[in-house]
Amino acid sequence: MTADGLTAEQIVTFDLSEAKPRELNAVLHDPDITSATYRVINPGGRHSIAVGAVAPVSVDIDGHAGYYCAGMNQLAHVRVRGNAGTGVAENMMSGTVVVEGDASQSAGATARGGLLVIEGSASARCGISLKGADIVVRGSIGHMSAFMAQTGRIVVCGDVGEALGDSLYEARIYVRGSVKSLGADCVEKPMREEHVAEVAELLQRAGIDDQDTADFRRYGSARSLYHFNVDDAQAY
Amino acid sequence: MHDAQEHANGCAAAAGSGALRESATFDRHAIAEIQRAAREGIYDIRGGGAKRKVPHFDDLLFLGASVSRYPLEGYRERCSTDVVLGTRFAKQPLHLDIPVTIAGMSFGALSANAKEALGRGASAVGTSTTTGDGGMTPEERLSSKTLVYQLLPSRYGMNPDDLRRADAIEIVVGQGAKPGGGGMLLGQKISERVAGMRDLPAGIDQRSACRHPDWTGPDDLEIKIEELREITDWQKPIFVKVGASRPYYDIALAVKAGADVIVLDGMQGGTAATQDIFIEHVGIPILAAIPQAVEALQELGMHRKVQLIVSGGIRSGADVAKALALGADAVSIGVAALVALGDNAPELDAEYAKLGSRAGFYDDWHEGRDPAGISTQDPELAARLDPELGGRRLANYLRAMVLETQTLARACGKSHVHNLEPEDLVALTIESAAMARVPLAGTSWIPGRDRL
Ligand SMILES: Cc1cc2nc3c(=O)[nH]c(=O)nc-3n(C[C@H](O)[C@H](O)[C@H](O)COP(=O)(O)O)c2cc1C
Repeated sequence: MTADGLTAEQIVTFDLSEAKPRELNAVLHDPDITSATYRVINPGGRHSIAVGAVAPVSVDIDGHAGYYCAGMNQLAHVRVRGNAGTGVAENMMSGTVVVEGDASQSAGATARGGLLVIEGSASARCGISLKGADIVVRGSIGHMSAFMAQTGRIVVCGDVGEALGDSLYEARIYVRGSVKSLGADCVEKPMREEHVAEVAELLQRAGIDDQDTADFRRYGSARSLYHFNVDDAQAY
Repeated sequence: MHDAQEHANGCAAAAGSGALRESATFDRHAIAEIQRAAREGIYDIRGGGAKRKVPHFDDLLFLGASVSRYPLEGYRERCSTDVVLGTRFAKQPLHLDIPVTIAGMSFGALSANAKEALGRGASAVGTSTTTGDGGMTPEERLSSKTLVYQLLPSRYGMNPDDLRRADAIEIVVGQGAKPGGGGMLLGQKISERVAGMRDLPAGIDQRSACRHPDWTGPDDLEIKIEELREITDWQKPIFVKVGASRPYYDIALAVKAGADVIVLDGMQGGTAATQDIFIEHVGIPILAAIPQAVEALQELGMHRKVQLIVSGGIRSGADVAKALALGADAVSIGVAALVALGDNAPELDAEYAKLGSRAGFYDDWHEGRDPAGISTQDPELAARLDPELGGRRLANYLRAMVLETQTLARACGKSHVHNLEPEDLVALTIESAAMARVPLAGTSWIPGRDRL
């Protein structure tokens, strides 16, 4: 028995030094998918690993993944035991994606649901155009993160680069460390009780229990660019 | 009579007498624009495409058959019009009966009824429609037999279920009306339904991004295309749409990135809402863009293997035939399809006048007050368009266009519209000869290729 209570036979292994991501993805799209856990070994930074999954299976990637790992994920639980390239969990709909290492640019771009956890740091444009998903980053995130983010929540335990939340809509951002600069129309807002509770809930779901929720600050949209106004032209 | 019209007539009479001289530089439109900008402090936003005169298909003529060429009998001998799109990598290429498709126009810019009418009309004649910058509506999927699903920078409404429901996927890099520009949908068009599909609050201005959020440049695009193929199990053709600016390079790069089909949209291409300055001053005419695109495809050995769809100011079968003769596999239409549905109809002249426009001139599609019920989200206005009737009108128009295309192809002796070739064409002006790379009529001179 494995830690998850599964027998070894229920774990299907894909060795990407021999198989292609195509074979794994085809299985993950099968409407009659049965096996509960897929293990991917030797991922070797291949692109499009476990994209478009449709069922609540587990996919455990033992190493580094390339671009768009777990892209458009639905229901599946994907874990990358390494780093992830550009656009991890892009446009995710539901399920969870955990990156144990660092993530490259555009992590969680346009994601619409589910939870993305990055245990290391994420590069530029983390949560760009976010559309409803939650992102929790244990480390820091790069510049232009949450650019045009629409809805959803981002929690960052470390620091944030330049122009956080530029042209932000209704997404909520919580940061524990420093923010290099805020983008157009992004402002700091008071942390009320419900916000502390929200951070606590997200950290708990991300399995992070060593952070003091009182240390986080909240950022959101000033909503001053919601209607085009010529007097704001300098802000664009 | 309308005040502005009366004033214009008065001016014309005065100018006609020769007493008043209008400046070619500061003409009436330029003066009105300065006055408007001074009043409003903002650029003009409008729909439609470039209004200025640019070299276009009108500047080309077909030579037709004679002693040295053999024509086909009109109404009798077969002249096929079918086209297959996406033969390069997709397991399920699109088989269309006619080489005229309906361009991507968003639900949001257009009413749900308009989208449904487009679907009905296109399906009736065996061609495709395309979603737009607002996601796929169930009405549209139901009414369109063949539906192309756009993946735009905004990714509004993007989801894997619709990707799999689509018949093809179109990655939009740019549009001819605004290469390098994003989009804007003003608050008055953001109904609860439109807002919900876009994950945004109702009633606020929505910016559609000008850059994709998760890829930059051709190397990334190649990986993005592969991801979309993986998600859809290599079934669907993948189109890449670009606005015509540097087509020779853009098309080569799109082919290298793995596109099945290229959509090339010239500067006359319509839009739902863009700054007038952008529409009129960025990009190149479709006439100039097609030969560059075909050259890139030919050099890569990919002409007819990666299909080329062109758009931007296509109005008639003559435009279609000329585009195909220059090497396109199909065309797509936006504005013309809206006009066929009933936009700018003369019966609505009085209502257009109330909006400060006239039938035949109306282009404030971004304002959401379209009396034809097409570019609006107002339920009362939208209800004016009967999707069935609109669909019938569009189907009629498409049929007429195809008959016209066949007429010209038969006159050139072609049993398939794709057999039209540059050799069938001449140009009326030096400019169009240089751009289209066909000889000036009555000469063998192709400026830019041959010496004088
Ligand atoms: C009302 C309207 C909405 C449009 N919306 C989109 C869109 O969402 N995505 C897109 O790629 N192009 C959009 N376009 C551009 C068309 O897809 C197409 O490129 C153009 O209309 C072709 O030129 P034509 O209108 O002269 O036929 C839109 C055009 C119009 C008129």
